[in-house]
Amino acid sequence: MKELEYPFDSEYLLKKKRAVRKALLAEAGPFTEKKIAVLGGSTTHDVIAMLELFLLNQGIRPQFYESEYGRFWQDAMFPEQALDSFQPDLIYIHTSSRNIRQFPEPGDSMEQTRRLLEQEFDYYRQMWQSIEEKFGCPVIQNNFELPYFRLMGNRDASDPGGRVYFITSLNQMFYDYARSHDHFYIQDILYLSASFGLERWSDPFYWHMYKYALCVPAIPALAFNLSNIIKSMLGKNKKALAVDLDNTLWGGVVGDDGPEGLTMGPETSMGQVYGAFQSYLKALKKLGILLNVNSKNDPENALAGLNHPDCLLKPDDFIVIQANWENKDRNILEIARTLNILPESIVFVDDNPAERAIVRAHLPGVAVPEMEQVEHYIETIDRSGFFEVTSFSGDDRKRNEMYRDNVKRAGLEASFADYGEYLKSLEMKAVIRGFEPVLYDRITQLTNKSNQFNLTTKRCTQTDIVHMAEDDGFIDLYGRLTDRFGDNGVVSVVIGEQQKDALHIRLWLMSCRVLKRGMEQAMMDGVVKRCRERNIGHIFGYYYPTAKNNMVKNFYQEMGFEKVREDAEGNTVWRLSGLEQYEDKNQYIEVEK
Amino acid sequence: MTREEVLDKLNEIFRDVFDDDSIEVCDSTTSADIEGWDSLEHINLVLAVEQEFDFKFEMGQVVSMKDVGEMVDIILAEL
Repeated sequence: MKELEYPFDSEYLLKKKRAVRKALLAEAGPFTEKKIAVLGGSTTHDVIAMLELFLLNQGIRPQFYESEYGRFWQDAMFPEQALDSFQPDLIYIHTSSRNIRQFPEPGDSMEQTRRLLEQEFDYYRQMWQSIEEKFGCPVIQNNFELPYFRLMGNRDASDPGGRVYFITSLNQMFYDYARSHDHFYIQDILYLSASFGLERWSDPFYWHMYKYALCVPAIPALAFNLSNIIKSMLGKNKKALAVDLDNTLWGGVVGDDGPEGLTMGPETSMGQVYGAFQSYLKALKKLGILLNVNSKNDPENALAGLNHPDCLLKPDDFIVIQANWENKDRNILEIARTLNILPESIVFVDDNPAERAIVRAHLPGVAVPEMEQVEHYIETIDRSGFFEVTSFSGDDRKRNEMYRDNVKRAGLEASFADYGEYLKSLEMKAVIRGFEPVLYDRITQLTNKSNQFNLTTKRCTQTDIVHMAEDDGFIDLYGRLTDRFGDNGVVSVVIGEQQKDALHIRLWLMSCRVLKRGMEQAMMDGVVKRCRERNIGHIFGYYYPTAKNNMVKNFYQEMGFEKVREDAEGNTVWRLSGLEQYEDKNQYIEVEK
Repeated sequence: MTREEVLDKLNEIFRDVFDDDSIEVCDSTTSADIEGWDSLEHINLVLAVEQEFDFKFEMGQVVSMKDVGEMVDIILAEL
């Protein structure tokens, strides 16, 4: 919904929250359900109301537990029955500088301040540890905003007796904790409040009137930011950019002005602005965001522009370059198809309002930020939170390479008459093993973001994954695939639950990048092998249809299962028996013994 | 702006904030008369009024306001 995209109108949302909520529930969906406990050190009423709107807009339907006013610590340390039985999927701790119990005083020594810092930090650490033990769910904790007054003025920042010094030091201790604990995320309200304006953010009116730690007009910004962290944790980040060229990546029209007539590079102020945007995109690429071109141009002109000596992005920085005279929505679909990702994972960046309108109308899931003034392009993309990073793995870093390799593979495929010959030429090698601790993160990420090749669309938290990995009642397998073009990383996950002599497959997913490469078969062989080791006689597979996983509707049939049940919603149950006669299906991948 | 005009505008704000098109406010309307008008929702009402009439309430005013009539008085004095 446009009203909930950056830059949203906070006043409007606060005023019309009921109507907006109704509209979202009516038109958005299907939703992923999540239980979120909000433990606050101040009033959280509208924080929850606004968070709900932004999450619904991301396809997440939250159910909330709200702590009694100011009782965040007690709730975490000694949970009430209500919180216990709520079983949160996620806990958000909303505290603020107002909750700091004791500040140092002017004249206090470094030693005294350090002791106070330890005391204050311990108070929080105990609470986080208690949550870890009792709930084992991810925690989002906001850091502290700066104080709204400074007793010593500027010296407050450096003097051990200063509140500014105290808060910045305490924040550092929070960050250290975050770095050493998985699934503990910092929400940076220090940055948010600075960006919003600390004076308005900390308006004492809202504290004294309603015990809000921030001004109510800032709550939508806080909630939007929080929703970005949550959607990122759930694997709902955007994956790729489709960028226009003329007047977006550079000033001018390459077809008319020629590459030499384009505005970019260090010579002029406008040229520098485009340069800054190019280097921003190049930096996003390092995060694993896939760069693509979507431009109305003759291909040779587009390449001539990209090869301009001042252009910081070269043709090689992009995976797919769609430079033609097709409609841009068609080009986005083509980019999505080539990359094997959903169009909803793409952000379309174009200075032309008419092009944006066409894409918005034809492809409602695609993100289309309002690119108005060149000097604000970066801010618009940045503040939209499309690529909020909550985990950053080696696979993320290498993603651009992996996708480019994929496009090369597709080129190779076209040159083989026989598909089997092509698969052989890829020289594929796989590792198929039980879950290993270093991969828990990646496996969790996959269960939350795979939509298409996903039989049950079961979403798991890291706690679920660890539990299943350690419980002998489960057979869990991951598959990692390498070929002559490079390492594809972990691409497939299967989890089965053993009940007597039967295995029930609770989850089977695969990354679409490696579709039809024989990895499906190799995983199947792996499952059967482990079943035989445990004298399991039957395997039951389940397919639950969603809007996105139609491609695997007949997967179990292809694997030799027979259908035993189908209900009115199209949910199907499949069985494979006679495992002793099963013959390995994989022919093209060398699986490490 | 007349008292009636201010009341008309307020009525519209009440309908928006409480998402109820049947609301009709008058001078004597209090929080007891409108479903959902509790102390925490009051803040959203105050914000919407401030935005519409382009001024800021003082804390003292918000604390002492007893009914819609008093809100109209404050608005008329600020205009």
